[in-house]
Amino acid sequence: MHSMLKASVAALGALAISASAALAGSHGEKLSGDLVIFSDMSNPAPRAVMEGMVERFGAMHPDLNIELTVIDREAYKTQIRNFLTANPPDVANWYAANRMKPYVEAGLFEDISDLWEGPIGEELASTKGAMTLDGKQWGVPYTYYQWGVYYRKDIFDQYGLAEPKTWDEEKANCQTLLDNGVKCYTIGTKFLWTAGGWFDYLNMRTNGYDFHAALTGGEIPWTDDRVKATFANWRELIDMGAFIDNHQSYSWQEALPFMINGEAASYLMGNFAVAPMRDGGLDDSKLDFYQFPAINPDVELAEDAPTDTFHIPSGASNKEAARAFLEFVVSADNQTLINNGENLGQLPVNKNSGVDDDKFLKEGFAMLSSNSPGGVAQFFDRDAPAEMASIAMEGFQEFMVFPDNLDDILARLEQARARIY
Amino acid sequence: MFPTPIEKTPRAWQLTYQSLLPLALLMWLLPLLAVALFSVKPEADFVGGGYWSIPSYFAGFENYGRVFFDSDMPRYLMNSVLITIPTVIGCVVLSSMTGFALGIYKFKSNIWIFFMFVAGNFVPFQILMVPVRDLTLDLGLYNTKTGLVLFHIAFQTGFCTLFMRNFIRALPYPLIEAARVEGVSEWRIFWFVVLPLMKPAMAAMSVLIFTFIWNDYFWAVVLTQGAESQPVTAGITSFNAQYRAAYHLMSAGSIVAALPPVAMFFLMQKHFIAGLTLGAVK
Amino acid sequence: MSITAMPTTEIVPARSWYKRNEIAVTPWLFLAPGVLFFLFYVIFPIFQSFNLSLYAWDGLGEARYVGLANYQELSTDRAFETSLWNNLKWLVLYLLAIPAGLFIALFLNQTVTGIRLYKSLFFFPFVISQIVVGLVFTWFYDPTFGLLNVMLGWIGLGPINVLGDPTLVTYGIIAAGLWPQTAYCMILYLTGLNAVDPEQIEAGRLDGAKGWRMLWYIIIPQLKPATFIAFVVTIIGALRSFDLISIMTNGGPFGSSRVLSFYMFEKALSEYGFRMGYGAAIAVVLFLIMLVFIAYFLWSMFQEERAR
Repeated sequence: MHSMLKASVAALGALAISASAALAGSHGEKLSGDLVIFSDMSNPAPRAVMEGMVERFGAMHPDLNIELTVIDREAYKTQIRNFLTANPPDVANWYAANRMKPYVEAGLFEDISDLWEGPIGEELASTKGAMTLDGKQWGVPYTYYQWGVYYRKDIFDQYGLAEPKTWDEEKANCQTLLDNGVKCYTIGTKFLWTAGGWFDYLNMRTNGYDFHAALTGGEIPWTDDRVKATFANWRELIDMGAFIDNHQSYSWQEALPFMINGEAASYLMGNFAVAPMRDGGLDDSKLDFYQFPAINPDVELAEDAPTDTFHIPSGASNKEAARAFLEFVVSADNQTLINNGENLGQLPVNKNSGVDDDKFLKEGFAMLSSNSPGGVAQFFDRDAPAEMASIAMEGFQEFMVFPDNLDDILARLEQARARIY
Repeated sequence: MFPTPIEKTPRAWQLTYQSLLPLALLMWLLPLLAVALFSVKPEADFVGGGYWSIPSYFAGFENYGRVFFDSDMPRYLMNSVLITIPTVIGCVVLSSMTGFALGIYKFKSNIWIFFMFVAGNFVPFQILMVPVRDLTLDLGLYNTKTGLVLFHIAFQTGFCTLFMRNFIRALPYPLIEAARVEGVSEWRIFWFVVLPLMKPAMAAMSVLIFTFIWNDYFWAVVLTQGAESQPVTAGITSFNAQYRAAYHLMSAGSIVAALPPVAMFFLMQKHFIAGLTLGAVK
Repeated sequence: MSITAMPTTEIVPARSWYKRNEIAVTPWLFLAPGVLFFLFYVIFPIFQSFNLSLYAWDGLGEARYVGLANYQELSTDRAFETSLWNNLKWLVLYLLAIPAGLFIALFLNQTVTGIRLYKSLFFFPFVISQIVVGLVFTWFYDPTFGLLNVMLGWIGLGPINVLGDPTLVTYGIIAAGLWPQTAYCMILYLTGLNAVDPEQIEAGRLDGAKGWRMLWYIIIPQLKPATFIAFVVTIIGALRSFDLISIMTNGGPFGSSRVLSFYMFEKALSEYGFRMGYGAAIAVVLFLIMLVFIAYFLWSMFQEERAR
């Protein structure tokens, strides 16, 4: 794993030299001073990407002194409030949609609609909606990724299983796996949000995208029968013993070994999980992907595809350089580079970028652009308000361990909904 | 002496005791020994599921090397030093003054001021969290080592004053009266008479404060962020995020983070225990 | 050092105001920096928290006065209830550190070769940061490879997932906390035992006191100062418990290992929190619980001061 990281850093370095030579001429403006960037890209691969971008941008603007601080991704989520008010950097990472609302409302993110009026607006048209609040744009996306079921192709082959298209096939597959002593799904719910992914899919497949959006928007009570139907479907899997034991003790990374060692056959996850699974020795002959199967045939398929973003805090001191950096990040070439399989292994946001020739990226891109008619959600904790998300995901975790507590959990969520919205 | 001195007990019990000692110690330190073992195992051992096997080869240099050269650990360690040392100095200075004032002089509000320090020291510090964070933000010291140091000094002054005042109380008071008769000014009494006698207390307190501050996690999380100012206790958590499930590196990192206070303890053991147990005997 | 050697030239017939009031003024000059610092960073914030608990504030915009609404919400908040119960468990069970510390101290209170090193090594856990203790115990409890389950396996039990079981998790964390706390109490008692009066022990022996009776009637009364300090530091430690919970379970599973200090942090500053007023209200409750103990400690100290 280590040597591969080194290699990709080296590749980035080599690219940086050629890219800077090509781009230096095209950029007329001369940027100087300090550019302070706070980033949450702390996992090994994203970290290398971020460092690579800083290096290349720095090479384009030799007079600019770029200071990059990479903060642990989980810790970052709590610290952003502090530094936005107290110690604003010039550029900061965050997430799209509702998740940026508190900061937009508090006036802590810079309105960058002017950037979107340029060529960017057209190139990034597909994500414009997720970056828009009150008719203005508050940041730029740098990557997005599909969610879906990653599975051990070799294990599926061994037991003669095929990618399921329906809920019944999904359950039948799972039963076969369980009969052979393999858990169907690995998951680590210690930090709760992974359970949110399961809820998103089960609810969107049971009740459809519009219902899901209304629920996360606080318009539907948690005690609604349709919500209960979602949990009933979830419970079928739980009662089968489909999930690994003790998932409440693991982070999502700590749940990976179960899949890598073959104790569990699949993982409902975002595409960022591919990199560590490959590091763990699952090559493309062993690892594959399928779209979460349909449950209710009457609802259209909808997907989670979270968008990660860059913003300029309104308290930034070098906004000129920050804007240039944002433009650099979303530029077609950079998008192609940072999202390829060697680096982030995710989907570029610029329509002029090429999707890397990577099995999972191609499948994900095809799925999101042609097989998600219902709509595309961000993710449970980005669509629902923060406090609701936290209480709800805690409830999901409890449900996964003690499904009998469902009524109590839903009553609690309903009480929270009444207060929060 | 209680219990009965071992020399006076039957031979059988003497032998049992001698063999029980190392066994008990082994049990007591078992969780720690496990981590030490992890930290010298190569990564391959964990992948193969051999968590508790004998290391297939000694990978200590490799693991500790990566902690020191491949992570932000050295920066965090440096931050911890730069936070801890000024705090210790600040506390010693402030509390030798307050301790002197409260220990030597008799005035009406003496006991109340003393109790204010003591009570403040016992307060659950969560109640200070939001206001102190805002205060630090307003002072422009958020996410600086200075901000953290200032708060630590203030908060620890409570404990240190208790400590110093009790120590000074126990000094022979006639010494000070004699100096006064000689016409020595109060400042000079402090500087030339009391301070030299306080050296052992200062040493004991310094070691204690060093350990407290080095091991602080809560305030590090509340008042700082990122590798430029966070101490090693907070750093170790992001280190863990970086190497989640890489137990050999996490173990090595934890040991590195825990080492300075441990070294301090073994070097200054006498002072350390004197400090901790002040008041435990009459 | 010779005091008489000090220069005495300050004494001049026409004494300044300062010189005339030197003894009254000096303590205040010495106190000023420490007291101001302490007031500024510790005492005022306590009152600010009381005030803040009456507001709704997200840390970004304007604070809005809501009266006692935060406290009303607390009374129906089940997570708060859980935290309160867990705090009680911490308070009671953490006190086990005192007898455990005494037991180890008695065990180690011998003079054999190398006993000093043994004492140091037994004390060792206290010096380590709670963060590291937390990590160490998380691995110790780990359901897949933890040493605990390996050992339970030897006697045919388990496996159990201590930190994933809502009924066990708090006890598991307390056990981790007891490890360094017991070491602390042990060192207090070791020092205390050193000062036990040998004549009284002899007198006790002559009266036929042995073993437990000797311990209970003669030794423990003499260890009272050590017990008092052990009690104080253990109570404070129990109510401040934050680091271990944060590192071991993050309050989980589904919030069952929260205590007030952690819940307060979660509500006020965590990822999904930022309800400063609500957090302050939780802190106020914690403070009021602590106040009972603080009052007791101060009262004991006051009695002692008067006895001097």
